[in-house]
Amino acid sequence: MLNNPYVPILFMLALGFAFAAGSVGASVLIGPKRYNKAKMLPYECGIQPTPRPEGGGRVPIKYYLTAMLFIIFDVESIFLFPFAVAFNKLGLFALVEMILFVATVFIAYAYVWRRGGLDWV
Amino acid sequence: MLSLATADFQQADVDYGAILPMLIVFGGALIGVLVEGFAPRRARHSIQTAVSVLALAAAFFALAVVAQGHQGKTLAGSVVLDGPALFLQGALLLMALLSVLMMAEKFGGETPDAFTPMGATAPGSPQEAAATRLGLVTSEVLPLTLFSVGGMMLFTAAGDLLTMFVALEVLSLPLYILSGLARRRRLLSQEASLKYFLLGSFSSAFFLFGAALLYGYAGSVGFAEINKAITTATPQLENLLLPGILFVLVGVLFKVGAVPFHSWTPDVYQGAPSPVTGFMAACTKLAAFGALLRLAYVAFDADRWSWRPALIAVAALTMVLGAILTVTQTDVKRLLAYSAISHAGFILVGVLSFDRMGVAGVMFYLVAYGFSTIAAFAIISMVRAGGSEATQLSQWAGLGKREPFVAVLFAFLMMSMAGIPLTAGFTAKFAAFAPAVAHGDRAGAALVIIGVLASAVTAFVYFRVIVLMFFNDTDGDVSVLSPSIGMWTAIILATVVTIVLGVYPGPALDAADQLSQFLR
Amino acid sequence: MTSLVFPAAEQAAAAAATGPAAYAWLLIAFPLLGAAILLLAGRRSDSWGPALATGLSWASFGLGVAILVQMLGLGAEERGMRSRLFELINTGSLKLDAGLLVDQLSISFVMLVTFVGSLIHVYSLGYMEHDVDKRRFFAYLNLFVAAMLTLVLADSYLVLFFGWEGVGLASYLLIGFWNHNPAYATAANKAFIVNRVGDIGMILALGMMFKTFGAVDFASVNERVGGASQTALTLIGLFLLLAACGKSAQFPLQSWLGDAMAGPTPVSALIHAATMVTAGVYLIVRSHAIFDAAPDARLAVTIVGAITLLFGAVVGMAKDDIKKALAASTMSQIGYMMLAAGLGPVGYVFAIFHLITHGFFKAGMFLGAGSVMHGMDNQVDMRRFGNLSGAMKLTWATFGLGWLAIIGFPGLSGWWSKDKIIEAAFVGEGWRPWVFGLVTLFGAGLTAFYMSRLFFMTFQGKKRWTDEVHPHESPATMTVPMIILSLGSLALGAILAMVKFPEWLAPVTNGGHLEHREPVLSIPAIQIATFVLMALGIAVAWMKYWRDDVPVVAPEGNVLTKAARADLFQDDVNETVFRAPGAGLVEVLDDLDRGGVDKVAVGGLGGTTALLSSKLRRLQNGFARSYALTMLAGVVALLGAVWVIQ
Repeated sequence: MLNNPYVPILFMLALGFAFAAGSVGASVLIGPKRYNKAKMLPYECGIQPTPRPEGGGRVPIKYYLTAMLFIIFDVESIFLFPFAVAFNKLGLFALVEMILFVATVFIAYAYVWRRGGLDWV
Repeated sequence: MLSLATADFQQADVDYGAILPMLIVFGGALIGVLVEGFAPRRARHSIQTAVSVLALAAAFFALAVVAQGHQGKTLAGSVVLDGPALFLQGALLLMALLSVLMMAEKFGGETPDAFTPMGATAPGSPQEAAATRLGLVTSEVLPLTLFSVGGMMLFTAAGDLLTMFVALEVLSLPLYILSGLARRRRLLSQEASLKYFLLGSFSSAFFLFGAALLYGYAGSVGFAEINKAITTATPQLENLLLPGILFVLVGVLFKVGAVPFHSWTPDVYQGAPSPVTGFMAACTKLAAFGALLRLAYVAFDADRWSWRPALIAVAALTMVLGAILTVTQTDVKRLLAYSAISHAGFILVGVLSFDRMGVAGVMFYLVAYGFSTIAAFAIISMVRAGGSEATQLSQWAGLGKREPFVAVLFAFLMMSMAGIPLTAGFTAKFAAFAPAVAHGDRAGAALVIIGVLASAVTAFVYFRVIVLMFFNDTDGDVSVLSPSIGMWTAIILATVVTIVLGVYPGPALDAADQLSQFLR
Repeated sequence: MTSLVFPAAEQAAAAAATGPAAYAWLLIAFPLLGAAILLLAGRRSDSWGPALATGLSWASFGLGVAILVQMLGLGAEERGMRSRLFELINTGSLKLDAGLLVDQLSISFVMLVTFVGSLIHVYSLGYMEHDVDKRRFFAYLNLFVAAMLTLVLADSYLVLFFGWEGVGLASYLLIGFWNHNPAYATAANKAFIVNRVGDIGMILALGMMFKTFGAVDFASVNERVGGASQTALTLIGLFLLLAACGKSAQFPLQSWLGDAMAGPTPVSALIHAATMVTAGVYLIVRSHAIFDAAPDARLAVTIVGAITLLFGAVVGMAKDDIKKALAASTMSQIGYMMLAAGLGPVGYVFAIFHLITHGFFKAGMFLGAGSVMHGMDNQVDMRRFGNLSGAMKLTWATFGLGWLAIIGFPGLSGWWSKDKIIEAAFVGEGWRPWVFGLVTLFGAGLTAFYMSRLFFMTFQGKKRWTDEVHPHESPATMTVPMIILSLGSLALGAILAMVKFPEWLAPVTNGGHLEHREPVLSIPAIQIATFVLMALGIAVAWMKYWRDDVPVVAPEGNVLTKAARADLFQDDVNETVFRAPGAGLVEVLDDLDRGGVDKVAVGGLGGTTALLSSKLRRLQNGFARSYALTMLAGVVALLGAVWVIQ
């Protein structure tokens, strides 16, 4: 039964759940509990959530920029992972290809960096 | 032992000679991105222009000198460089070169170039005004165009559905952005961009869905394999085939602008900056028809008889609807958009002939139509009223009296689009229609009859424009900007090509004929 | 009388051109370049343009001389030289090169056109000196010379047609040169339109040739005449005749020539006397192979020539306008040439011979007329001239030589060429020699009369001009060309006869295959009759227009005079027979088109389309969601349809 190749995935899933539950549970159990007003506010990264303007208001485009950059590197890691796994079989050719691929992604990254996409103004 | 099942890796053969033109174009685009990042702001525009022109010219050179000798399948069959791919890539590069010259036009350094100074600012905001004051230029349009061109080249040479899909996205995404960068009437432009993006994604979804169905049917995404699978079919999977084919075709027909997948065309053509519209109309159409030809003649050839009726219906609808809708247009750009739709129908007639001559005719048509369209949109971008483009037809009244040269050029291009003999348009229609009559049996002949009638309707519209320009009284405040040498060269070249293809079409037809054999 | 037999020479198949002849294209290029420079440079070339144009015209003449010298050094068979310029048409079954053919016939024309043309350029330097648009005038003159040279140097009917149309255009531009005068502009239009009628003949001939021979170049056509049917050849011949009638102002397309005198006088001299109007004769002679094989068409040529000969002479007798009288005489003289050309191998060379001599003396007389007008404040009414011989000695002398030449005074140019035509007209069997011979003979008498009338009314008798006119001699730029041309009137005929011009020309006009033919009357008898009739003509003219006083206002005259003054009602005939029914037909068709086709077919269809369009337009509502819905509906419909079909 353990020979089934999907067993490791099951293990990964279980580990993930355990880690998340463990972290939250641990902080509840062992964390200090001194509340003030600021700590009770709903948490949203970087902006004042209230009072909201009518109709939802505008969200700064910088979030999207960051999100897109994240996705790009996310996709990059999708390619990197199988490459790493099969590195021995792929040989030098794939290494060169991979370096080119990473360099290409970094050209876009350099553009964003130079044009101020990473500055949080 | 747990094993991550990795099949034996087989390194794909790479024929660098065959993909060299594409590599050059993509390389140029990447250099362009770096230039954006590192070159001083004042110099960017000129460097970008030089890089794009050089890249396209070098790619054409590479195509003519190197790639021509490297025909065949490469990259494990995902890229097929055969006659049609060569011809279309060459034409694509030339037309892109002219388009780039038009996009780079700054009309003497004053503000009325086609692109917004800063796409990220809200229309009418103080930031936009500041950017205008600073004289910022969105020189990113040129690398974006190069990316798109690269995608188009790959689109015409893709050897499997997945590569074709990637190419489709590579060519589309920059276009979505380019469409939204108009300097004037920005809201219209951004609306066009968003619509194009939404509907484009929608059609991409169809394409991908179809590709998935076909993979399920054939067990491969390769065109040759799919065609082979159709001939040696397994009956229980039969139901996947036809929806798969139709969905994939829908994705491409959307790009072509065929009815009923055309709705985006008028809005986007009108909203996008005119040089971008010209580029889209000429190059996107060419690339999309290249892909359509390959799908129809290579991938789905064996099942032709089951999906052909659908394409016939689309072609007929496209011609009729496109022609009828041109009649009531009051905006020059929308008029040309509907004309683009009807032209798509005419080209589809050639595609449906299922003959080598048909391939040649379609390719010739694409070139003839592409050059005249680029020149037409370039002229549109020059005719201004109060700084912004005078696209209302009524504003063109009497243009022939004040700007005879430009008006004569435009009138000539209109005549070519109408298909008047001795213009490229006539030869092209003949080249596309003749094989349909000869090899397309009764349906082909019927389509040609519809096509000729639709041409008559559109000819009426084009001639109305000519009459308006030359025989009506002038409207006061319209003027024609005088562009730089580069843009003049592009306009004149495009017009000369239109003339030559009409008067002396022999060599071009021969070339199209020689390069009309698909590699299966 | 020399015999009518020519040394046997094969029709030479034209060889490739070498030496100066290889540069024959420069003959055309020089004046064409001049026209281009003058027209493109605009007012900037006002000062040096006319001189440049004149220089380029002379340059063409110089090259022509070089080619002539080269040709004289070659044997008779080698004189035809062809040079290919470029590929004109290549459409599968029809392949045609643009090329030039230099042979005896074309070089004769080249010499005539460039020499007379250049002299007229020089003359115009003086005549047009005070005209503000002088430069444009010279540009058109150069254009004309280039077109005329294209016409005569062409090696195919199609290239000839280019020149043909080119001279028509240049002639139109020059007749209407003073187009601020509506009458002149109308005259230009008239010339152009009547010429178009002739051009239809040319186009039909071209089409017919292509159908019959599969080619339109001279060499192939001549070669394939033998294999063509009689009907086809006759049709081609008649079409060519129609073309020739238009260009050469032959009956029934003669009406434009008189009005064409509206142009500046040098134009009348160059185009409407010496060169362009002879293009029809050239065309007939060049097409001799066709006409030789189609006797009916050839007979038509002769008849047309005979009618025009008399027509022109009759009109010439009644005209009081000096230029119109000369124009009528031109018409009549070209009638002689056409008649000669129609006679076939016996006449071709004499048609050309007369054409060349006529080019000189008629051009000289036109220039003389221009000189008279120059001195008489642009008056043209001969009844207001008289006794100008004293005031304008040079003009009188040169004009006098031209007059003697045209009436065929023994020894002068016209005698050498015209008497040959008369003799040739008497050759043949049956009724023809008698009719045509007598017509030419009678025509010679009429010519003597009306030309003497013209000469006497202008230069002799009593002075009839008013006191505010002060006749004076013209400047040297005008008189020198007149003098040169008058030398031609005097001696050219004799010189050409001495160098055996007819024999030289014979190989290209198929004269070589001719057996000896005697006229039906003995040659001395013909010559004597001609001379007597000429003397009679002069005598009558002398009595009426020198000895007696000429009334200043024209007397009413009899019916014939009235008819002749009205150009024998040519315009009324055209009006009633052609224009009025044509206009009526146009009106009916126009009504049909507007009321029927436009309203019902175009309006109805167009309206329906527009209505449909505005309805369908609503589908394009601008909402991305509805666009997406359209797409989805489309996919579903297609899928459904395909499944149903399966």
